[in-house]
Amino acid sequence: MQERVIMSDQEINNELLRSVFEHPLRFWVGAGVLGIFAAMWLISLSWLIYWGVGVTGLNRPVYWGFLITNFVFWVGISHAGTMISSILRLTQAEWRRPVVRAAEVMTVFSLGTAALFPLIHTGRPWRAVYWVFPYDFMRDVFPNVRSPLIWDPSAIFTYLTGSALFVYTALIPDLAVIRDRSTGLRRTIYGALALGWTGNTRQWKLQGIAGVLISALILPVFVSVHSIVSWDFAVSIVPIWHATVFAPYFVVGAVHSGVSAVLTLMAGMRWFFKWEKFIRPEHFDAVGRLLIVIATVWLYFFFLDFVFAIAAEETRELAVMERRVFEWPYWFLLVEIIILGYLIPVGMWLKRSVRRNIKLMFWSSLLVNVAMWSERYWLIVPGIERKYELKFSWSFYNPQLVELGLVVGSFGIVVFLLLMFSKLFPPIVLWEEKEGQRFAANVKIGQAVVPAIVKEE
Amino acid sequence: MADRAVIGVFEDVDDAASATQSMLDNGISGEDFDILSSSPFPHGSFGEAERHHNLYVFPLIGAACGFITGVLITAGTQISWPLVTGGKPILSIPPMLVIMYEGTMLGAIIFTVLGVLFESRIPSAGPRVYDPRVTAGYIGVIVSGAEEMVRRAAQIMTDSGAEDVKFDEEGKTINLLEDPEDQ
Repeated sequence: MQERVIMSDQEINNELLRSVFEHPLRFWVGAGVLGIFAAMWLISLSWLIYWGVGVTGLNRPVYWGFLITNFVFWVGISHAGTMISSILRLTQAEWRRPVVRAAEVMTVFSLGTAALFPLIHTGRPWRAVYWVFPYDFMRDVFPNVRSPLIWDPSAIFTYLTGSALFVYTALIPDLAVIRDRSTGLRRTIYGALALGWTGNTRQWKLQGIAGVLISALILPVFVSVHSIVSWDFAVSIVPIWHATVFAPYFVVGAVHSGVSAVLTLMAGMRWFFKWEKFIRPEHFDAVGRLLIVIATVWLYFFFLDFVFAIAAEETRELAVMERRVFEWPYWFLLVEIIILGYLIPVGMWLKRSVRRNIKLMFWSSLLVNVAMWSERYWLIVPGIERKYELKFSWSFYNPQLVELGLVVGSFGIVVFLLLMFSKLFPPIVLWEEKEGQRFAANVKIGQAVVPAIVKEE
Repeated sequence: MADRAVIGVFEDVDDAASATQSMLDNGISGEDFDILSSSPFPHGSFGEAERHHNLYVFPLIGAACGFITGVLITAGTQISWPLVTGGKPILSIPPMLVIMYEGTMLGAIIFTVLGVLFESRIPSAGPRVYDPRVTAGYIGVIVSGAEEMVRRAAQIMTDSGAEDVKFDEEGKTINLLEDPEDQ
C-alpha cells in the first residue's frame, strides 16, 4: 500500500505553509540558538580582521589550514543539493518531491558560505576581492586567467547563480499560493515576487520544461565546480596534491558528504516541522540505498589516492603519505575517516530496517560529515606542511580558537539561513506534492496491492 | 465589439473537464479558453489547445553570449597585458577553456530562466479575470473573446457545475498585489 497519505490541494497548502504562516516557540528557540552560532562566527571574523592572520595557526609554508578546509567542505556540501534535485528531476524519480527544494536551497546557502572563506582566510578580505571584481579596465591590470584561483570564483559564481535561479524558477508558483492567502504588505511583497503567476496551462508547461532544461544545464556545472576546486590543489607542485585523480575524487567526496547532508536536512525538517506525511521512511530508504553506492565509489577513490602516491615512487610523495598514515594526528584522522565515513554508516545502511529508521539515518549522516570534514583536512594540511624538500622549511599547523570559531560558526550560519528561508518560503515544493498526489495509485496484481505512480509518457 | 473574458471556478476536476468538452461541442475552440490550476495537469486533460513556445532557442542564444564573453575576458585581458611567462604563448588555450566553459553555461542558464519568464508572459500587469481559489486547488476555466461567445461559455460553465462564474470589468485588469476586497 502507499505510504503516502492522500490529501487535497487545500490540505497540502495548509500543512506545508505552516512554516510560513505560524510562529511556534520552537522556531524562535531554534533561531536564537543558531543566532548564537552566527554571532560566534561574526565575533571570530571581527577578531581575525582586527588582528590579521597572525591570530590563526597559519605559518610559512602552511598558508592553507582550517579555513580553506572549511571552504572545500562547504563547496562539497553544496554539491549534492542541486545534483540530487537535477538527477531526480531528469529521471522523474518520484521520491524527489519532498527533497528537491530543501536540497537546492542548501546548495545556495552552503555555496555562499563557502565562497566567503577564501576571502576571510586572507585576513584582509577587502584586499582580496579586487583581484577578481571589478576588473580594473582603467589600468589594464587583470587577474591571471591561467591561475586556478581565478577559475574557482568563475565556477562558483556560475554554480551559485544557476542554483539560485533554479530555486527561484520553481518557487514562483508557490509564491502565488502565498500571495493568494495573504493580505496587506505581505501580499504586495509575495505578489511582486510571484510576477503575476496565474497557473495557466502555458505557464505549467514551461515550468515543467524549465525544470528539465535547467537540470540538464546545471549538472555539468556541478561536476566542473568541484573539479576546479580540486585543481586549486592538483595543478600545484605540492607533494600529494599534484594528482590527476583529484578531480573525480573531490567530486565523489562532495557527493558523499552532500547527499548525507541532505539526509540530515530531511530528518531535521521532518522533526522540526512535523512533516511525517511528506518526508516518509520510503524517502530515507531511497537516499540510504543511493548512499551505499556513493560511499563505496568514494572509498575506491580514497584508496586510489594511496595507489597513485605509492606507484609514482616519488620520495616526497611517499614521505607525505607516510606522515598521513603513521604520524599523529593524521593516523588518527585516517582511522576516523574510514570508520565514520564508511564502515559504520554503510554497515548500518545495508539493513533495510535501519534505512527506514529516521533517527539512525540522521546520526549516521552526521557521522559521514564529521569524517568528510576530517578528510578534507587530511588531504590539505599534511602535504603543505612538507611543501619544500629541505627540513628547515618544514612546519606544523596548530589551528587556533579564532579558526575554530569561524568553522563552527559557519555551520550555525548555514542552518540559520535555512531556517530563515523556511520562515519566508515553503521548503517543500507545493505544486510538486500536489502533482504527486494526482499520479499516486494502488495497482492490484493478483492478490497483491502494489503502490504505483502513473507517469505521463 | 470589445473582447470580454469570464472565469468559471470548479471544485471538481471532472466538472471542469465536462464544461470544456461542452464548450468544444458548442463551437468554442480550444484556443478560446485556458485552464488555471494550482499544479500541472497532463496536456489535453481539458481539451485545451497546445500553445507554441520558443523556449529552446533561449539557452542557445545565452550559451553563445556566454561563450563570447568568456573569450573576450580570457583572450582580451591576456592580449591587453601581454606578459610572457616561462616562454609560453600569450594566449594559453587550456586554462582559457575553463572560464569560457563556465561563461557558456552561465549564459545558457540565465537565458533559460529569462526565456521561461518571457514565454510564460510574466511579469505581467495582471489577468483580466482571476480567482484566488485556484491556488487552493480549484480549477479555473477562462474564456475570452467576443461577448456573445463569452456569455455562451458562462452559461455552459454554470450548467456544468461551476461554483462561481465571474465576468471581467471592461478594459480593466486585476491587480494581483492588492487584496481582492480592496479592488
